[in-house]
Amino acid sequence: MPLRAKVASSVSRTAAALSRAAGRGDGSVIGGWIGLKIDPDLLAHLSAGRAIALVSGTNGKTTTTRLTSAAVGVLGRVATNSFGANMPSGHTSALAKAGSTPYAVLEVDEHYLAQVLEATEPHVVALLNLSRDQLDRAKEVAMMAQLWRAALVRHTDVRVVANADDPLVVWAATPPGDPARGINPPHVTWFSAGQRWHDDSWVCPECGSTIQRSGEQWWCTGCPLRRPEPHWVVEDEGVLDPTGAWHKVSLQLPGKVNLGNAATALAVAAEFGVRPVDAVSRLGIVTSVAGRYAQVDKDGRNIRLLLAKNPASWLEAFDMADDAPTLLSINARDPDGLDTSWLYDVDFAPLRGRQVLITGDRAYDLAVRLDVNDVPFQHVRTFDDALRSVPPGRLEVIANYTAFQDIRAELDRVI
Amino acid sequence: MSSESLRIVWIYPDLLSTYGDRGNALILARRARQRGMPVEVLEVRSDERLPATADIYLVGGGEDGPQALGAQRLLADGGLHRAVAQGSVVFGVCAGYQLLGTSFFAKGVQCRGLELLDLRSDRGESRAVGELAGEIDPRLGLPPLTGFENHGGRTHLGPEVSPLARVTAGVGNDGATEGAWRGKLLGTYSHGPALARNPALADLLLRWATGAHQLPPLDDTWSDRLRNERRSAVAAARA
Repeated sequence: MPLRAKVASSVSRTAAALSRAAGRGDGSVIGGWIGLKIDPDLLAHLSAGRAIALVSGTNGKTTTTRLTSAAVGVLGRVATNSFGANMPSGHTSALAKAGSTPYAVLEVDEHYLAQVLEATEPHVVALLNLSRDQLDRAKEVAMMAQLWRAALVRHTDVRVVANADDPLVVWAATPPGDPARGINPPHVTWFSAGQRWHDDSWVCPECGSTIQRSGEQWWCTGCPLRRPEPHWVVEDEGVLDPTGAWHKVSLQLPGKVNLGNAATALAVAAEFGVRPVDAVSRLGIVTSVAGRYAQVDKDGRNIRLLLAKNPASWLEAFDMADDAPTLLSINARDPDGLDTSWLYDVDFAPLRGRQVLITGDRAYDLAVRLDVNDVPFQHVRTFDDALRSVPPGRLEVIANYTAFQDIRAELDRVI
Repeated sequence: MSSESLRIVWIYPDLLSTYGDRGNALILARRARQRGMPVEVLEVRSDERLPATADIYLVGGGEDGPQALGAQRLLADGGLHRAVAQGSVVFGVCAGYQLLGTSFFAKGVQCRGLELLDLRSDRGESRAVGELAGEIDPRLGLPPLTGFENHGGRTHLGPEVSPLARVTAGVGNDGATEGAWRGKLLGTYSHGPALARNPALADLLLRWATGAHQLPPLDDTWSDRLRNERRSAVAAARA
């Protein structure tokens, strides 16, 4: 590593330690930010010599990254940004902190995928899904798919592990090659994890025609784009690998969506040569991920935290949640997106019949939404009020990003 | 009304439903049912024919590509024009508002609109993102408009339409006026969705559709709280 990179890396580690010691954060961003100021190529220097996997998509990045790290861990030490700090400063910080490791698994914000592909020259990139998320500042969904596709054209040597169920991802993962110039399309391994959310993929990204669906199949009515045959498939409580062998997956994380994340993790690990039979038991050690799915016992209540940031992830959260009293909390601060209109993209009907409490900065937006949805609810001002309002036993908490962090803070920053 | 029940058509949810636009259909239907009106909501996808005999047509927001495609298909279909000629109500939001005009820009290209409203849209220097508020045209007799806007367009009104509101916060059409209306056609840049934030606007559309001069009042406790909270937030941001 060049001297400048060494200095930058060391300063980066020190800043992260200071940030944690000062109680200002978990140090996962600030160190990397300072390091990158000293050496803009620090991320590239820190990546050199490591076999790297990148994980990107709208939903499931953090959990899939954690599961993938566990699976790749079969082979040796893995550096990872496990706190969801998923921009280049977070990657820099994570790699500097981990020191020399043969492997790294990095969660990447979907807007930064092109830049991080460039800097880290990964062996594998996993593309999970693309759906609407924080539209007041995020790129519109189709444009995001276009950016991914353009980035992959420049990195046709990277191995892609991608979701066969998401038309936008399939299109992004299959840019045409240029045989005349010896450029082959990227090698893609497809996984199928099921997809509950379809409302961002009715229109073909290639030709603008309607996309038809029947069961798990989908196809464009105007061009050859269609669902590729997946190599890795979720089946019952396990995963079918490309050889047709079925592996039972016992997770501590709830929901079918996490079985899909596990299938992705096994597929990515396989690109490094990890056999699913060796990796599958390691997936069960993951309990909670940066507070997501964490369970806390307080005042006789067993509180479980579910993060739901956008319409697609709310649908998954309802699938995971038990039939128990449920607290919903909505904020609309910068990290959440300022426009709460998406509440109407979510059908809250699965909550009918449960005791529903609402809170958060934007509880009134939620109140109007639930009213129209015929879901009775009770508005509470604080988390403690919510606890007092439900009987002893399970309380499911479903919250969007900053609302989730607020509640996590009430519970002593549970991870 | 054209038949036994109030027929609401949500135009092209596969293309124009980017900002919770389903909410406007849900709220209209609910407020009609609460007054005892039977309601039918039809979601018409862009590969289907648009029925010309519904009472209210909703056109929502969308990205540039789907907006251009939606306008092309509506022009080719002709159903919305026939419906308007028969006196149906049309409510357009954001991209759906722009395409009711004579022209708009999508992906840097000027596109032909439906020419149902005398207005045209071009690109502004910056994107308008944030809370939108305004005093609504007094002839409509509605409380202030509240919403959330997120668009790169600027809309210029011709003499045949009236502004929906005078802007008190945000940008709307051009920083001075917001939205437009003529007869039973009305467009706005407000998301929220617009009818969740402005139930009186939903009732205006229902009155236009039914010919009723008045509708029985509903319990709007939560919408009122939402409106007050948003009004305070806009005032606090300005202070």
